[in-house]
Amino acid sequence: MRHIEIVKVGYEYAGAAGAVTALREVTFDVGASEFLCLVGRSGCGKTTLLNLVAGFLPPTHGEIRIGGQAVKGHGLDRGVVFQDFAQLFPWRTAQRNVEFGLEMRGMGAGERAETARRFLRLVDLERFARAYPHELSGGMQQRVAIARALAYNPAVLLMDEPFAALDALTRDEMQRLLVDVWAQTRKTVLYVTHNVAEAVYLADRVIVLSPHPGTVMADVRITLPRPRDPLSLAFLDCQRAIVAHLGGRG
Amino acid sequence: MIRPRARRIVGAVVAFGLTALAWEAFARSGSLPPAITPPLEAIAAALAGMIRDGTLFVHVGYTLARIGSGLALAALVGVPLGMLMGRVRSIERFVLPLVSVLSPIPSLAWVPLFILWFGLGNTASVALVFYAALFPLILNTWTGVCAVNRLWIRAAESMGAGSGAIFRHVVLPGALPFVIAGLRQAFARGWIAVVGGEMIAATRWGLGWVIFDSKEFLNTDVMLGSLAVIGLLGLGVERLVFAALERRTVERWGLVQSVRV
Repeated sequence: MRHIEIVKVGYEYAGAAGAVTALREVTFDVGASEFLCLVGRSGCGKTTLLNLVAGFLPPTHGEIRIGGQAVKGHGLDRGVVFQDFAQLFPWRTAQRNVEFGLEMRGMGAGERAETARRFLRLVDLERFARAYPHELSGGMQQRVAIARALAYNPAVLLMDEPFAALDALTRDEMQRLLVDVWAQTRKTVLYVTHNVAEAVYLADRVIVLSPHPGTVMADVRITLPRPRDPLSLAFLDCQRAIVAHLGGRG
Repeated sequence: MIRPRARRIVGAVVAFGLTALAWEAFARSGSLPPAITPPLEAIAAALAGMIRDGTLFVHVGYTLARIGSGLALAALVGVPLGMLMGRVRSIERFVLPLVSVLSPIPSLAWVPLFILWFGLGNTASVALVFYAALFPLILNTWTGVCAVNRLWIRAAESMGAGSGAIFRHVVLPGALPFVIAGLRQAFARGWIAVVGGEMIAATRWGLGWVIFDSKEFLNTDVMLGSLAVIGLLGLGVERLVFAALERRTVERWGLVQSVRV
């Protein structure tokens, strides 16, 4: 079942030297409950594409549909996790951050707290419910952000390099945790990264974008069974195939 | 090892002790007539007298009431205005030039006019505090709203917050560090304004008035005693009100590091 449809999407913005085409004729679908990684070099427009799907920007050409409905602005059917740890509200505890979306939906305080606790448990942070963001490590803050984006139960989770600013060990842990969370919640995930190994570890499918302007260069299905071993030969083969699409050595 | 807190206290005691000694030496040296350089003992006696007959508390009460009401009015006007400037371009364009020109005028320069407009008494002093406090509040609040992290707004939007909810749940708390900084500045400026204003515009009560009134009878001990009270009160409000406010909010949230002098 197609959940997200991206149809001939283009995006242009006004640069210093006239109009710049960031994305051209981008077309692909994301299936329901599919984990799709969007990979490309810096400046290939992958974050722009995510912002279009999130509804923060309107596409200049083409259309994006979610569940058959054209995207018009942001909506509660999508949860967004950004790269920057500063996305959490510093004046709210971890739990109150997770409650935010529920509060906006008008959920009562008791039910809200209970739901928030449940999602903090999902990311293994229930003990830190009362901590403020600045008291948490970067990895913990990103876990709170994931819980916050999931708590109001959107069908789609959009993630923009959420682990890029973390150290390598923490990033590995976070990737394992994210696969667990995804397996439990069965969200449709659109995940932007420039890290090929990360994409191969996480994704059902990898879309490779070429830069200037961003267009779809390859659509690679990853069929390795989970949990995946990043040191196995099959894993490295997948990685090599994607790196080749990116035009690197491999 | 001496703890930092103990060190600070020792430092303060030494500084005040040395200053008091220097004053005492100067006062008793006879380089100026003793009547206008009273020794510490006389200053303490004057203060004790004002405490005994209760007049000190009335003066302090009047001064605090004037600055309190002036500051409250300024916050009621300045904070919403600064918020609006930060959110609505046309209001920013309209208000900013006015604020930029009025803000550098020292509040005390308005005293003669305020006396003509409001007469002698409380109104002129309160108006003076209002004037002095208004601009730091407007400017800091405005800066605070402009400095709110765009990512917070995006995150709130993605979770279904409308513009009203974003204002209440994101912009207000996000701008708070600046609003508190504005209140601090406003108090510092208002404190100068209220004492200065009372000297000229007050009629019977207030710390500024008592200093100016003492000049008539050369009561330099009362003058110096009142000055000490003004300094201590200013420090006390800063410590008890603003520092406490910061500890509970922006410091708790990790938005500013604690700065203790």
